[in-house]
Amino acid sequence: MTTTTPALVAYGDAVRRYDPVIGIEVHVELGTRTKMFCPAEQSFGAEPNTQTTPVSLGLPGALPVVNGTAVEYAIRIGLALNCQIAESCRFARKNYFYPDVPKNFQTSQYDEPIAFDGWLDVELEDGTVHRVEIERAHMEEDAGKNTHVGGSAGRIHGAEYSLVDYNRAGVPLVEIVTRPITGAGERAPEVARAYVQALRDIFRVLDVSEARMERGNVRADVNLSLRATPEAPLGTRTETKNVNSFRSVERAVRYEVSRQAAILDAGRSVVQETRHFHEEDGSTSPGRVKSDAEDYRYFPEPDLVPVAPSRAWVEEIRATLPELPQARRRRLHDEWGFADAEMRDVVNAGALDLIEATVAAGATAAAARKWWMGELARRAKQEEAELADLAITPAQIGELQQLVDAGRINDKIARQVLDGVLAGEGDPEQVVVSRGLEIVSDDGPLLVAIDEALAAQPDVVEKVRGGNQGPVGAIIGAVMKATRGQADAKRVRELVLERIAG
Amino acid sequence: MTDLTRLSACQLSETLASGEASSVEATRAHLDRIAAVDGDVHAFLHVSADDALATAADVDARRANGEVLHPLAGVPIAVKDVVVTKGMPSTAGSKILEGWIPPYDATLVERLRAAGLPILGKTNMDEFAMGSSTEHSAYGNSHNPWDLERIPGGSGGGSAAAVAAFEAPLAIGTDTGGSIRQPGAVTGTVGVKPTYGGVSRYGLIALASSLDQAGPVTRTVLDSALLHELIGGHDPRDSTSIPEPLPPLVEAARQGALGDLSGLRVGVVTQLQGEGYQPGVLARFHESLELLTKAGAEVVEVSCPHFEYALAAYYLILPAEASSNLAKFDGMRFGLRVEPEDGPVTAERVMAATRGAGFGDEVKRRIILGTYALSAGYYDAYYGSAQKVRTLIQRDFADAFAQADVLVSPTAPTTAFKLGEKLDDPLAMYLNDVATIPANLAGVPGISVPSGLSDDGLPAGFQILAPAKADDRLYRVGAALEAALESTWGGPLLDRAPTLG
Repeated sequence: MTTTTPALVAYGDAVRRYDPVIGIEVHVELGTRTKMFCPAEQSFGAEPNTQTTPVSLGLPGALPVVNGTAVEYAIRIGLALNCQIAESCRFARKNYFYPDVPKNFQTSQYDEPIAFDGWLDVELEDGTVHRVEIERAHMEEDAGKNTHVGGSAGRIHGAEYSLVDYNRAGVPLVEIVTRPITGAGERAPEVARAYVQALRDIFRVLDVSEARMERGNVRADVNLSLRATPEAPLGTRTETKNVNSFRSVERAVRYEVSRQAAILDAGRSVVQETRHFHEEDGSTSPGRVKSDAEDYRYFPEPDLVPVAPSRAWVEEIRATLPELPQARRRRLHDEWGFADAEMRDVVNAGALDLIEATVAAGATAAAARKWWMGELARRAKQEEAELADLAITPAQIGELQQLVDAGRINDKIARQVLDGVLAGEGDPEQVVVSRGLEIVSDDGPLLVAIDEALAAQPDVVEKVRGGNQGPVGAIIGAVMKATRGQADAKRVRELVLERIAG
Repeated sequence: MTDLTRLSACQLSETLASGEASSVEATRAHLDRIAAVDGDVHAFLHVSADDALATAADVDARRANGEVLHPLAGVPIAVKDVVVTKGMPSTAGSKILEGWIPPYDATLVERLRAAGLPILGKTNMDEFAMGSSTEHSAYGNSHNPWDLERIPGGSGGGSAAAVAAFEAPLAIGTDTGGSIRQPGAVTGTVGVKPTYGGVSRYGLIALASSLDQAGPVTRTVLDSALLHELIGGHDPRDSTSIPEPLPPLVEAARQGALGDLSGLRVGVVTQLQGEGYQPGVLARFHESLELLTKAGAEVVEVSCPHFEYALAAYYLILPAEASSNLAKFDGMRFGLRVEPEDGPVTAERVMAATRGAGFGDEVKRRIILGTYALSAGYYDAYYGSAQKVRTLIQRDFADAFAQADVLVSPTAPTTAFKLGEKLDDPLAMYLNDVATIPANLAGVPGISVPSGLSDDGLPAGFQILAPAKADDRLYRVGAALEAALESTWGGPLLDRAPTLG
């Protein structure tokens, strides 16, 4: 296979000369118990072809029936994206032959989507807000999954044979299509990424999908075109398919900007085509050109009656929508009183939920932030893990902070307690007890240690008695060392001064 | 002892209930009859003797135990091969489904089994129900029991021929443009296309989803009512199934048989008579009308101006839907699989080779027509226009039913034509359905009742159409007409058919 890789224009140069316009189609698999059109269960990781019915296998005679929960989820998504909800809409057949599509047509929606004309404000890492207009959100069914055996890297070319798993066939999907996203300029890759990330967060909050990118619950197709100026008509676009991580979305946009700029610079025209994204190097390459690809012969699905959600139902769903991520961030920002930059860092570190839960467990927002963004962030970085993946819960951090507040341990000891919790030794209280870390508050053993220290450093005692309190720290340090840090330094100081004055 | 195969389903039901005969005896009698005559008639593609006898034995045992059974329990039935039957071949008359054994039952088959009707086997049909003669079956045509040289109608010619030849008292048909009613007309049997949504389509191998409807094929109007009540009613697995209960059909048939149609307005559709209709067929039609008048009905003439375009619209909508419905037959998951003779064995090439080898010419013709009609740039002109015509036809029906309680016409313009006569002329074949198609486009119910023998000595049919969900009117009027005609004939029309075997 020979592909001529065009020279790439450096990204910065490309966006100085051209205005990028993006368009994103996001597919989300709904987490309903059963499939879109039949009672087959759907769950991740089941044995191949065990989650099927005559309907999802496309057997002769089988008929679809719409999953009401999937419709409800689609409406939830539509409302969260500020869309209109259709009073009546139909399914349509999208006809094309492919072995992973059991009926050789996909039941989808064509000119009558369930939700349309919405928008979503997405926030970039520096707090800039960009409004993305939503053209439509429609319901459809997923295809099965092909596995190509033999040949190289699981590709169809050179494969000896292919296996099809129909467990995924018929899983409910909602496809969300944006209008052309303009005005992002050089920040187009960031906007694309932030948009997909914002959708993922919304899906989770709405509880319509697990929205796990690595499982393909959320998949994005990224359209990109360039034009000379923001006033010029839209240029020819490419559609990069199946870009399945946030980072990849960003990279795919950057790559296409650089690639298309090179083509335009050379006075050539961008070919309208679908492209594949390559995770290894962040590049894209042309997809297979299908002879009949552009004519899906859509027509209204005659096996299904129109879906007509009553206005009362739609309002009921609207009334029970949970607080959406952006509104929640604003509320927590106010409640916690963090500085803008602090809040952004918290969000970007994925610590929002953790801090909220820690506050719920009794800690102050400042203390919660201090732990998660400080010591724990450091440890997560060391282990190359996400904060949420650390073996410690917000409740445990809450408990830890309570121990500090009660004066039973100090900050330094608290770090040792963290070690114990992370090592699986139990809750902070248990670790304190089992490791014997509680601050020594009984003056008895403390006085013994102080007397020993005073006896060991008579010169210091002399100086202090002479009115110079400076060197007293040496005594305190020795006492702290002797008590392995478990003494309350303030109390030690008091006692030392009493003793010397004594 | 009476010949159990000559009884109507209702009579057989009474015979079984009284203990005069067992279901095993009745089933065996029909299997014997099939063995004796089906070599000539070829109504069956598959005979399921063991399965039928096992069901019969089970019903007999339950009856002996004093269980309350469905009135049709133990009465054998034949099922059109387009209906999916668990563990029994279901080919829809196509090579592409040869050897496929479905893992599930159609809803209507579930209901037959639950009521204890022994299933004798699967009946022949035009491939995927595309045709009016069974000549498009991949397994050879069926023959008309009245004249073995003639077609038994289609697509459900097998079911009609089986019932006309006394191989089964009951059969299931499907009607997309007349496939129950036209075979009924040309074989002297009764066939009913229920209101669209009246009988579940779950498990019917789809031809055109918005037109297909399963229904009874029987020798009497009352038998159809009994069977219709059994298989009809809401099914949550078919979204287009009507949620409301069926109107009382058996009661309507029994009441109609009393012969009083006072107050009934019968609308004669101007556009469904005259040119193209065989004189003998029209003569029997008018005699039947006379009998309805005598029974107290008032006959009015109604005009349905858009029926003229029904055939054209039908032959766009049907192929369009069929082209999509038949896409699943690709050799990937079930049925025939053909690998290309040379070159690489890719999925696309296996699909092409399988479809090339598995589909007959008429099926390919309609798939090509339908694919074209749905193509980008042609959709509005073809499929879109056809849907508009469909709306106009529905309005014609609405206007006509404002003037009449039922509409009537000859079921088919001619009696059974000779085998091979129209095989090379698809348009002539299509024209045979001109009177039955409007009902499918509008979703309204229709029945064909034998109206007598035409000048050529072959049966003709009288079609009655009613508004959607008013299927009971078909039975009331049909039973009244049947009673009046049989009293003029001195018995059922089929008594005059040749005795085969």
